[in-house]
Amino acid sequence: MTIPLSCYLILSGILFTCGVLGFLIKRNIITIFMSIELMLNGVNLSFVAFAAQWHALSGQIFVFFVMVVAAAEAAVGLAIIIAVYRTRETLNVDQVNLLKL
Amino acid sequence: MHLILFLFFGGICVAGAVNLLVQRHPINSALSLVVVMASLAGEYLLLGAEFVAAIQVIVYAGAIMVLFIFTIMLLNAGEEERSKGSRVAILLGIPGVAIGGVLVAWTLLRHSNTAWVPMFALPGDPRAIARLLFRDFLLPFEVTSVLILIAIMGAVVLASKPEAVAPPKAAEPTPREAPELVASGRER
Repeated sequence: MTIPLSCYLILSGILFTCGVLGFLIKRNIITIFMSIELMLNGVNLSFVAFAAQWHALSGQIFVFFVMVVAAAEAAVGLAIIIAVYRTRETLNVDQVNLLKL
Repeated sequence: MHLILFLFFGGICVAGAVNLLVQRHPINSALSLVVVMASLAGEYLLLGAEFVAAIQVIVYAGAIMVLFIFTIMLLNAGEEERSKGSRVAILLGIPGVAIGGVLVAWTLLRHSNTAWVPMFALPGDPRAIARLLFRDFLLPFEVTSVLILIAIMGAVVLASKPEAVAPPKAAEPTPREAPELVASGRER
């Protein structure tokens, strides 16, 4: 009834890699933002797996803090996306290449 | 049984993550991200972290993804355009990623063979978590609440209309009243 820790870590690594890949290859700014959430989820999985491994509950507390920071980041980031769309009328990151309007 | 459940949820998880990359429409990506988060909640349940699993479904798959989907619908985001990637990046990148992944997986499997995660290993019930969160981690908890407050204010300020944030200093006088003022304003 046990699973090697490495399985969880490999799954977590796969999720993180998918996040990095999406961050690099996607063109839509919202999808890029979702890739960041995917990376955070991969990290959360390794946190919980290590917490189960070492019987340390504080690993789960860190998962809560990561979730809270992700929620705050999502709120602010989506507000920034709305502001960018309002000024530039595009969501394509290739066209958002100047800080100046 | 545990291994079967792990592989089941892990397979759904990886499939959702790959689908997020493959889909071109952001709403499809968002829905596959919901699938990833739900199956991750299943993995947390397998590890015995039932409270984290509940929070994962409620906060991540519920609140944050609703925010994402709401933004996608608000901005009426369409399919993303294809753009030319460099051929060298594809030729070097895909084998590089494959080699790196194999190396990482090999190292993990080689060096952590002895570590086994038992099923339902953690006392992950809300009581134990609350005791830890409100006693040992009280200061980070309060700091996090301040962070949330700042994030709320930042989101409101950023997403509100520009006129509402910074009202124009001096209203442009109508040309009928003061044409010379308008001219000087235009010059500036």
